[in-house]
Amino acid sequence: MANALVFIDNPGAALKKSSLELLTIARSLGETAVAFTGELHDDVAATLGAYGVTTVYQPSVNDLENYLVGPKAAYLASAVAASGATAVLVDNSPEGKEIAGRLGIKLNAGVITDVVGVEADGTAHKSVLAGSYNTTAKATTAVTVLSVKANNVEPAPANAPVTTATATVEVPAEALANSARIAARAEKPVSGRPDLSEARIVVAGGRGVDGDFGPLEELADALGAAVGASRAATDAGWIGHDAQVGQTGVTVSPQLYISAGISGAIQQKAGMQTSKVIVAINKDAESPVFEIADYGIIGDLFKVLPQATAEIKKRKG
Amino acid sequence: MEETLKIVVLVKHVPDAQFDRHITGPGNTTDRDESILSELDEYALEAALQLAEERGGPKAGNEVIALSMGPAGAVNAVKKSLQIGASSGVHLSDDALAGSDAAATSLALAAAIRHISADGRPVDLVLTGMASTDGETSLIPSQLAERLSFPQVTFASSLEVRGGQVSARRDAGAFSETIEAQLPAVVSVTDQINEPRYPNFKGILAAKKKKIASLSLADIGVDASQVGLAGSWTVVESAEARPPRTAGTIITDDGDAGIKLVDFFAAQKLL
Repeated sequence: MANALVFIDNPGAALKKSSLELLTIARSLGETAVAFTGELHDDVAATLGAYGVTTVYQPSVNDLENYLVGPKAAYLASAVAASGATAVLVDNSPEGKEIAGRLGIKLNAGVITDVVGVEADGTAHKSVLAGSYNTTAKATTAVTVLSVKANNVEPAPANAPVTTATATVEVPAEALANSARIAARAEKPVSGRPDLSEARIVVAGGRGVDGDFGPLEELADALGAAVGASRAATDAGWIGHDAQVGQTGVTVSPQLYISAGISGAIQQKAGMQTSKVIVAINKDAESPVFEIADYGIIGDLFKVLPQATAEIKKRKG
Repeated sequence: MEETLKIVVLVKHVPDAQFDRHITGPGNTTDRDESILSELDEYALEAALQLAEERGGPKAGNEVIALSMGPAGAVNAVKKSLQIGASSGVHLSDDALAGSDAAATSLALAAAIRHISADGRPVDLVLTGMASTDGETSLIPSQLAERLSFPQVTFASSLEVRGGQVSARRDAGAFSETIEAQLPAVVSVTDQINEPRYPNFKGILAAKKKKIASLSLADIGVDASQVGLAGSWTVVESAEARPPRTAGTIITDDGDAGIKLVDFFAAQKLL
């Protein structure tokens, strides 16, 4: 009997950092099992063992990735029953939250999203109303479903690796019948930079970059950071909508958020104000972003950013 | 001419994010003074209106029904939707609903949608925004779909309905995907899908003649114990206002701010 079940959806050849974080949290709740989809590579299996996973469940059908949410939730419900877990952890991506939502209804289980920390008794910590409140919430049901935000724990393997058993669970045929399916899928161009929602450092630009993200990208690459943007910059077409940080885009809480040429309207703040350290560069001394910045520079981002990039490269040798 | 559609749009009355928002009371619920129609729901309403208009609008038998669940003030979200162009409204309101979490809310909304389906023809499509701008759990579309046994298509950045099938584009993750599902379906749309219209004078006048049905829990066959704090599967145990961020060091660039910035990174151990 496992205490916690972690959902890992088609990771490919290596587990994402967010999955390792989920495994680390799960282990703090007790014996951990994994509900897995996609091909289980040897390296991934070894990592699961290193993180103390006792059982890996796999679905009885192998094309789950062509369906949206519903069948995955049905599979996960079967895995919860097989494992006996009372806590289910999924990542906080849009699809992760949707799977959590449907799973909750299937299992009569309380669902808590946007979780930043979990206590041993299942109490979840989260930040709501655009980071203006910290709340604790708890499910009153036998099973708790939690979608957990990235970057809130350091991934740590177990003290000693364990031998992981594998088991197959049935996906009910009716779950596939009435589901939305993915008719076509195209991989988006890959930037080589870290994923915005998971990055340790984010460099974000707004109206002030005036169409040229070059200096931001160069600083991001020197720092190993992701590139984000305000809605003004994505609406102008200077950068893809995927890069949008804010209430209607990606919410980030990195160790360091560098805001360049962004005035800091409430919609933008909503997406980044739980960042650990905020740095702002803006020509306008009156920009609201300076009210929340730990370090602010009133100046021209086209001068300040390249100078900083050159200095970082110099110090890193 | 395409098939006509009966569309329900979920509209939520939420605290205006332009002002400070507060959590109060024994259930740690959001204070709902200064509320407005959730901005993200306007995209769902616009998508519904466009689908109806492509098919000849209300004259041809298309319906766009704005449904809101909430206390007395929530009827304002319905009224605003009627002014923008919805053909009729439904306001689900009952004291017992107060404090409902997503699971309880989805139960009540599913019952209200079944009620709307029983009145005339069945609902073809339920449209929602990508999230509310207050609770922001994004759970309602998927939980509603599960309760209604409808397929769900979420985060649609484009939407077509043809021959009883929904086709949508979704760019939420690492892939750009085309999603297909049979009607009836639940579809949530992003703020990229369209540019919502504003109510005009004609719309505001026309809205006064449109019907808003008021439903109680008894009307939709839901018991008070299934909703509210009693019917919720989660409780918010505590809520603490986060201390506001305070401004730190602000400098004006004298030609070496980039270097000072790197000094700051180094001092914070961020390099």
